[in-house]
Amino acid sequence: MDTQEKQRIQSAFQEKMDYDELMNCTRCGFCLPSCPTYVETGRNEVHSPRGRIALMKGVVDGVIEPSEEVKESIDLCLGCRACEPVCPSGVHFGRLLEQARDAIYQSKKPTLPEKVMKGIFLKNIFPQQTRMIGLTGLLSFYQRSGAQKLAQATGVMKLFPETMRTMEKVLPTVPKRAEMKERPRHLQPLHTTRKKKVAFFSGCLMDTMFMKTNDATIKLLQYAGCEIVVPETQACCGALHGHSGELEQAREMAKRNIVAFEASEVDYIITNAGGCGAFLVEYAHLLKNDPDWHERAEGFCAKIKDITRILVELDFHKQPLSLPEQIVTYQDSCHLKNGQKTFMEPRQLLESISGVQYVEMTDASRCCGSAGIYNIVQSKMSMQILDYKMEQAMKTNAKTIVTANPGCLLQTKLGIEREGLSKDMDAVHIVDFLLAAFERANDNKQVAEQVAAAQI
Amino acid sequence: MLKRDVREKLIAIVGEENVEDNNASLLAYSYDSTARYQALPDAMVAPRNKHEVAAVVKVCNEHRIPIVPRGSGTNLCAGTTPSEGGIVLIFKHMRKILEIDDENLTITVQSGVYTKDILEAAQQVGLFYPPDPGSMHISQIGGNISENSGGLRGLKYGVTRDYVLGLEIVLPNGEIIQTGGKLAKDVAGYDLTRLYVGAEGTLGIITEAILKLIPQPETKQTMLALYHDLEAAAESVSAIIANRIIPATLEFLDQATVQVVEDYAKIGLPTEAKAVLLIEQDGAAEVVARDMEKIAALCRGNRAFDVQIAETNEEAEQLTAARRTALSALSRLKPTTILEDATVPRSKIAKMVKAIGEIADKYQLTICTFGHAGDGNLHPTCLTDARNEQEIELVEKAFAEIFEKAVELGGTITGEHGVGMMKLPYLHLKAGEHGLEAMRRIKKALDPNAIMNPGKMFAPHTKQSTGVEK
Repeated sequence: MDTQEKQRIQSAFQEKMDYDELMNCTRCGFCLPSCPTYVETGRNEVHSPRGRIALMKGVVDGVIEPSEEVKESIDLCLGCRACEPVCPSGVHFGRLLEQARDAIYQSKKPTLPEKVMKGIFLKNIFPQQTRMIGLTGLLSFYQRSGAQKLAQATGVMKLFPETMRTMEKVLPTVPKRAEMKERPRHLQPLHTTRKKKVAFFSGCLMDTMFMKTNDATIKLLQYAGCEIVVPETQACCGALHGHSGELEQAREMAKRNIVAFEASEVDYIITNAGGCGAFLVEYAHLLKNDPDWHERAEGFCAKIKDITRILVELDFHKQPLSLPEQIVTYQDSCHLKNGQKTFMEPRQLLESISGVQYVEMTDASRCCGSAGIYNIVQSKMSMQILDYKMEQAMKTNAKTIVTANPGCLLQTKLGIEREGLSKDMDAVHIVDFLLAAFERANDNKQVAEQVAAAQI
Repeated sequence: MLKRDVREKLIAIVGEENVEDNNASLLAYSYDSTARYQALPDAMVAPRNKHEVAAVVKVCNEHRIPIVPRGSGTNLCAGTTPSEGGIVLIFKHMRKILEIDDENLTITVQSGVYTKDILEAAQQVGLFYPPDPGSMHISQIGGNISENSGGLRGLKYGVTRDYVLGLEIVLPNGEIIQTGGKLAKDVAGYDLTRLYVGAEGTLGIITEAILKLIPQPETKQTMLALYHDLEAAAESVSAIIANRIIPATLEFLDQATVQVVEDYAKIGLPTEAKAVLLIEQDGAAEVVARDMEKIAALCRGNRAFDVQIAETNEEAEQLTAARRTALSALSRLKPTTILEDATVPRSKIAKMVKAIGEIADKYQLTICTFGHAGDGNLHPTCLTDARNEQEIELVEKAFAEIFEKAVELGGTITGEHGVGMMKLPYLHLKAGEHGLEAMRRIKKALDPNAIMNPGKMFAPHTKQSTGVEK
């Protein structure tokens, strides 16, 4: 970074950082043990929440200049927000992080990889669902045409970094292009009365690469008694933009979504990705300086609910649920827990499945290291964090690791692959797991009824 | 900035990865938990063992470079702010529990071990390490010893000092000494162990400690007593002690404190009460039951409008955990919280609480008070904004009066947080000029070059360092 660039970043810090929020940190240090990077760097204060806030404030106050090391500290943060629930002063660390990244990345000349990453993915692909479908379609072609086998056999993949190579192996088999385009937009409850009307936030990645999980979510909502609308004009939530210092673009996505969902009068807006949900509930804060939008954003935020929450609210877990005997453990989605305070419900749902023995792993709420695109841009730290996670998961002897966010799901699968455990262990999204449990219990019930009928 | 040859010498001792002097590292070690104090060091150094500590100290002594030993930086007296630059020395590589001796009931630890880990290790073998400063889940034992930290159990069990049996210390000249041992009795020479407990890192660096453990109490009960006025609560405290009952914990919280703590912890604390006592007794079940009954009666007799006993361990745990967050939770109300720990003989608690209220009114400040009422250690906490210079001036005046009042009542300017930079201007109130002079002479005898944590406890040192460039 040259001097001019540093000056630009410094002014951006002064303009964009919420100084009251910075002042709220009393530096008590209660956040330190909750921070994965503080722990994994062997207690380096630079890589702690308290240290990062001090650095941000130091740059604003002009005590230090925004050097490479300052940027590195901000970059190395996972954004998991584990420091928020343990902060007695109630500092909104996630917001400070977004402001700091915005200040850095909007004032700094991007490096080539950053340009490619942001130019192609954040600006052009994620905001346009048709392009997401196009890209996922290519992946589908790659997986189905034999190209994947060819690539794996020829060793072409060896040219990529280790994380990406393993990641390529664990990607789900994605739907075909036609399937992605033909999603029904209005559905009624199945085999039960209508209890709520909800809108489904289908997400960009979830509705393409993880479309199966989205289908399962809709089915669960139907079984739980929901009438569902899936607004066609909705867009990506903007979390990836917000977390990477592209707040302006995130605001655009927010406005599109508010408009898309206002039209359908619903009780709740349901999400099945912790990361998206946590960003959606922040829309009001994101648009707080925009008088035309702030109130509308508040109305939107008030309706956001994670799928696990509504299932518990509608007593879905009191219906028969069953799966083959197995030990199951749960990996919290950081943004579901720290951003939406939802951590009891997934456990409650899992514990109500007959056949499932739920075993909590140590530090279940510590980040798995996925953190959006963190596992690609900060691969080394991400893998270090993942190794710790897998160590804890293995101690539970679980056959299944359940997660509640697509990033966590891929990362956990990656962990299983890296440990060479893909034969004994699997990672699933909680929605897929619950649907399987519901359908199995129902099949069993039908068989039992048929047997009973035959005996009469 | 360290001079190049000094920097190279330090790197030769601890390795390149353990000397950091980029601007992010300097900033990250420029503060502790004390509001309004910050100063950049010249480097952060992380030795890997006591021999490296000794070698680093020798280099610093030769070049007159200040050394600030720092644990997790949770102290509240600006005790680890590197106000005169130099190196901040941290213990991230020295965090082993070396031994639990269940015949002599001791635990031997390195300085970087978290206090909570010591308690948990003791509990696993049915033993108990009582000192529990508010930040114990993150504070390091070396820091606790250097600050002689107190906590919620001080009344019955004493403070860190009462559990330190022996120390390993690197002296300011780089020599390593051992003091004390696994001994209940030891009168061989000056009690250097006690001298170093609470020395705030001004006399040397503690690298290891032998700590006393005691048997784990069999049971514990927790109670809340609620009051319509502050003084009734303070009088209850005096009544309990006067009736020959020593509770394990006897904490006092005023209404503002209860409200913010509840706001954070959401466990149903009684926010309608003007004052709350959190009382804990431990020991044999029948003794605990009898004491709790007596305490409840005494509280009611002293105008408590309600007395609630926690039904389960979890409930009790929640109450004490919530109390630990009081200070940080108070900071939700205003950007800056400045807290003191004026301490009086416990019979004077009511008078002190009243005086704090009057002083706050006089200067029109918001001062919330909570603290360890049972041992007379109060935490008047002023909620303010560091950006408002006029108000800060008033805050300083108010605290000066609070200190004077505490000393007048036979108390002290600081019960458990230490002097550091924060109470340096007031030390003479308690120690007296001759007492202060005696302390200065000890300091000079042990650390003639004044490299150890300079600027703390006594007025800043003016001699120019030869190891750093401005």
